[in-house]
Amino acid sequence: MGRNPVTWLGSPTFPNAARDALADTQLRGNLAHATGTIRTKRAAAVAELPDWQRLRHAGEAIKDDILSNLDVYLEQLEASVTARGGVVHWARDAAEANEIVLGLVRDAGADEVVKVKSMATAEIGLNEALEAGGVSAIETDLAELIVQLGDDRPSHILVPAIHRNRSEIRDIFRRAMPGAPADLSDRPRELAEAARKHLRRKFLSAKVAISGANFAVADTGSVVVVESEGNGRMCLTLPETLITVMGIEKLVPTWSDLEVFLQLLPRSSTAERMNPYTSVWTGVTPGDGPKAFHLVLLDNGRTKTLADKVGRQALRCIRCSACLNVCPVYERTGGQAYGSVYPGPIGAILTPQLGAGTDDPETAALLKSLPFASSLCGACYEVCPVRIDIPSVLVHLRGKANENAHTPEAVAMAAASWVMESPTRFHLAQKAATVLRLIARRGRVKRLPWPGSKWTDSRDLPAPPKESFAAWWRRTRG
Amino acid sequence: MARERSSGATHSTTARTEMLGRIRKALADRPGPVTVPRDYDHTRDLGDVLTLFEKQVADYRAVVRRVREPELAAEIESSLTARGVRVMVAPADLPSWWRVGEVVWSLDAPMSPLSNAALDRADGVLTGCAVGIAQTGTIVLDAGQAQGRRVLTLLPDYHLCVVRADQVVATVPEALARLESTRPLTFISGPSATSDIELDRVEGVHGPRNLEVLIVG
Repeated sequence: MGRNPVTWLGSPTFPNAARDALADTQLRGNLAHATGTIRTKRAAAVAELPDWQRLRHAGEAIKDDILSNLDVYLEQLEASVTARGGVVHWARDAAEANEIVLGLVRDAGADEVVKVKSMATAEIGLNEALEAGGVSAIETDLAELIVQLGDDRPSHILVPAIHRNRSEIRDIFRRAMPGAPADLSDRPRELAEAARKHLRRKFLSAKVAISGANFAVADTGSVVVVESEGNGRMCLTLPETLITVMGIEKLVPTWSDLEVFLQLLPRSSTAERMNPYTSVWTGVTPGDGPKAFHLVLLDNGRTKTLADKVGRQALRCIRCSACLNVCPVYERTGGQAYGSVYPGPIGAILTPQLGAGTDDPETAALLKSLPFASSLCGACYEVCPVRIDIPSVLVHLRGKANENAHTPEAVAMAAASWVMESPTRFHLAQKAATVLRLIARRGRVKRLPWPGSKWTDSRDLPAPPKESFAAWWRRTRG
Repeated sequence: MARERSSGATHSTTARTEMLGRIRKALADRPGPVTVPRDYDHTRDLGDVLTLFEKQVADYRAVVRRVREPELAAEIESSLTARGVRVMVAPADLPSWWRVGEVVWSLDAPMSPLSNAALDRADGVLTGCAVGIAQTGTIVLDAGQAQGRRVLTLLPDYHLCVVRADQVVATVPEALARLESTRPLTFISGPSATSDIELDRVEGVHGPRNLEVLIVG
């Protein structure tokens, strides 16, 4: 099997990448500003819905239903898309998906394609594969365009150029965008206008568009793309051929299930009541939009992830990026330190699972380091619209990463994983933790006795509270 | 890899069989049936839905106003005059009495579709809609009566949309219940925008940068 491009070739382990990123004060400033803005807005958007927690529970259950019956739902989707004039392709890995797409582009007689922002195509390195096949791929999402023109890497799921501020974006446009005005200012409105002019000609002449999918409805074959700028609508309606690459987990059983996700997703991602544009199409509609529609169903590590009873919940992810925006580690290191198109808390549990089984030692080291890219503060779980218990999966993966290792940290993590998987063991461990308080000063455990000292050498540990939450609950409510 | 040619597309039966096999193996524990809790709100008392719809649409910085049915034609005309448009596009099944004003009306019909170049040159487009959602300030087009194909409301830079009072519902679940997902659907919430520069919403990228909504009733 070839290398899974979900991680970038030659990326260092997370601690090494993070050390470099932490030294970049511009990056830290840009990120603190952007994530701070979105956190406040998200809280307000969520507060408008009194049934938010009930929607989260419904979203979780709908996705669990999909995952528990994935084979059935995929066959159903294939049948409904086919009945509506679409063509369904199956791709076991990135190389196979890229080969299918390149073949379809060539069949359509195109040497240039327009693209809607898509995590799945970024994950499989589609642009590079098309380039190698003589086809140029033009990213049309503003942030993706900034990354592409800047010859850069993405750092956020929703806003891949979040690490760039407005004046850096202006400089990239002036340098790399053909026809950009020499006196382009750094006002966001002018930057957006420049992108509009640059891409309009491309939209009107493109024969083939490539998109991802936010959702696909199994029983009707309808596919959904959620976006802001209208570049998605351009790609989904103007070219004659539309190719959609979709992870096999992005299903919902029925159309009415989308009533949950169309509420959860916009408020969690851009903190809006609704994103500007959502497109829904089913196969081919004569006289309206593309004449040919191809849906590529992508595995690329997802079935391996599905096999892990604890880790499979990562496949519920709807790519909103709320967990990135609240993560204290992400805010300081930025997304590129994660060495993958999936950064932040969700990346720390998704990337190691999608990329598992690599025979490249450098990649293996990166994948093993990712579950440690967290302080286990739990903020990610709290905001996740489909209730992925990211801290528990992190602990589980830490245990797995260290199954064959014998460092003190490995032993500690394997033990923590074992403890946290059982409520009884967890309670006992909390009692034991009160002992730790005795060696803490001012609420921090500066140095654990050996072998714990191996761990506290690089971080402080918060001292356990006098009384654990569970003990307090039993005393006051029991 | 075994590939078969069928209906003009490459189709690997091997990949399909193998992926379904991997899924069945991964689900060897076959988790029990999942019950989805449906106790979230399907509708909600949001007061006067038209007032809320107007407020939420305006919140996206779209232009919006309430008009009375007998004055609709005059209101359309005053909108077109205020914007100073000269060439307007409309689907052929738009009520003919909506096509008013000192403008050239260019009609798009299934048998005589307008070219993309013509749509790109037009100053604006006038349509109706299928559903309005008060809670989110969203308009949904379903390519039905007075809406036309999707590209009509995409290329012109100005979209004037007429929403009837009986088309407005309170919540997202109510809206989806009224829609047929196999029709081409476009949910529109304000003018084209982006949050890609410092995560701040800025109006105006590829879709219509000017959205104007007339609520009738």
